[in-house]
Amino acid sequence: MSETKYTADEMMTIAASRMIRNGASCFVGIGLPSAAANLARLTHAPDTVLIYESGCIGTKPTVLPLSIGDGELSETADAVVSIPEIFAYWLQGGRIDLGFLGAAQIDRFANINTTVIGDYYKPSVRLPGAGGAPEIAASSKEVLITLRQNKRAFIEKLDFVTSGGYFTGGDSREKLKLPGKGPTAVITDLGVMTPDPVTKELTLTSIHPGITVERVIESTGWALKVAPQLSTSEAPTETELRVLRDLNERTARAHAGQA
Amino acid sequence: MFHRAIVAGSVQKNTRVRIGPLETRDDTARAGRVLEIIISRGVMAGENGGNTEYKEYEERRASPATLRPCHNHSLAHILPLKQAIQEMVRDGDIVALEGFTHLIPFAAGHEIIRQGRRNLTLIRMTPDLIYDQLIGCGCASKLVFSWGGNPGVGSLHRLRDAVEQSWPAPLALEENAHAGMAAAYAAGAAHLPFGILRGYVGTDLPKYNHVKFIECPFTGEKLAAIPAIRPDVTVIHAQKADRKGNVLIWGVVGVQKEAVLAAKRVVVTVEEIVDDLNAPPNSVVLPSWVIGAVSEVKGGAFPSYAQGYYPRNNAFYKQWDPIARERETFLAWMQKHVLGTKDFDEFKRSLEPAVSHV
Repeated sequence: MSETKYTADEMMTIAASRMIRNGASCFVGIGLPSAAANLARLTHAPDTVLIYESGCIGTKPTVLPLSIGDGELSETADAVVSIPEIFAYWLQGGRIDLGFLGAAQIDRFANINTTVIGDYYKPSVRLPGAGGAPEIAASSKEVLITLRQNKRAFIEKLDFVTSGGYFTGGDSREKLKLPGKGPTAVITDLGVMTPDPVTKELTLTSIHPGITVERVIESTGWALKVAPQLSTSEAPTETELRVLRDLNERTARAHAGQA
Repeated sequence: MFHRAIVAGSVQKNTRVRIGPLETRDDTARAGRVLEIIISRGVMAGENGGNTEYKEYEERRASPATLRPCHNHSLAHILPLKQAIQEMVRDGDIVALEGFTHLIPFAAGHEIIRQGRRNLTLIRMTPDLIYDQLIGCGCASKLVFSWGGNPGVGSLHRLRDAVEQSWPAPLALEENAHAGMAAAYAAGAAHLPFGILRGYVGTDLPKYNHVKFIECPFTGEKLAAIPAIRPDVTVIHAQKADRKGNVLIWGVVGVQKEAVLAAKRVVVTVEEIVDDLNAPPNSVVLPSWVIGAVSEVKGGAFPSYAQGYYPRNNAFYKQWDPIARERETFLAWMQKHVLGTKDFDEFKRSLEPAVSHV
């Protein structure tokens, strides 16, 4: 069989989608997490309950939403609840199996910055801010993070911790008594990192086909640890690629239109 | 027409008294006005001078006993939007324009810009394009928010320019997470001093906002406490109102109910005013007597959406990015389409033929 060509972003989305268990209740951030979660729902995890912070529970969009509250999400949802309810009863109430987040910047302990780069009061870059992420990171039973890997994003020290991963590593998250256990994987366009069981430092455990370990290390702003038993991600299947591309094409058509 | 009223008994200093609408014996009250006066000086106008706004905001927020909303069991006035904004939104107000992606009150925001309001403290979970426009036009001195981007597109360039370069004016930030804002609005609606949530632990946000941590008196769990949000004015857009001013919302209902009940004054724009809401039980109906003014503005949430009426105009959200990126293109656009138009209908017509509106 001839090798199917695919992009690094497609590999990232597909690798992330594979992490979603069928039947899990999944609180989804917009962008890459939303694409991966819907791909999972359309392939191996049809019973996944997708939840968006706009209050849409069990939503089954036919195209990816541009915003977190597109009409497509509420029209295809099992239930639509208010914002105070989604955060209080559903997220803080411990009903979310999996929180799925994107990030602007991440550090070795999977803490996330989406607030500012530089000084808070005189930032060089003002990012959008927290949104739902801090409480998704704290209260979901488990967290996945997906973002593109480069030295601007994977940095030694964050200027601002918006959402907590493992804080300063080791047992520092446990000491804060957050309800959820924290990030279990960071999925990028180059590979997959998982926290060390003891130190909680992100460790490269899988690289995508055609990517070298050196390239991942060069794309990381700290001395990235590499697992001794490094695996290679399975290349996208034809089904995964077809479903993802159909979804992206439908989405592009839906969002183009006339303004 | 101004109704007159006798204020009986003593009125505390620095309280506001809304006079009217009075008992309706006929339909004239519907065209009447809400007149609000302030006993004593200084609170609204900042006459004490200096940087009083922030302190006032804190004081006003911290003392709910003097901040009873003006719900006097009278019906909402159905007013043209221009008049509703004139009467309900003042310079220096704490203003919340809510609507989580859905039902964002763009028409009302434009009217605030047209009327040149200044020194506003703007509250909104997701500032969206309407706050980009208000901030870029110099209406705001402070923003209370939890996520400030153009969803799925990128930055709000005018918000960033205000924060990074103080253009057109410095913008103070009070920054939260969504869960915190939701709890703060719910506390405001309940007239509680603060909201409680399981949140913020371990993040840097409490170093820069007003969140404090408390211990649960029963379990010892560490919980976040956030001061209640109490806007002077909340503005929302909804699908329908009836002729008495009862308002019906459905779909993504966001935090609008809480924002309305937390506010002292309320303006609602609606897609249509109908004889009968035909509201199913348990749908979100805001009774007329908690609302100050209702204005019919068809398409008033464009380019966001009104479920059952028109979809979100995602193409417009994408087109906003290059418009807002530079000060000159932004100002030219605002001049042509908002400041240079008399109302929302004219605004929408001004976008033709480049942009088809709802």
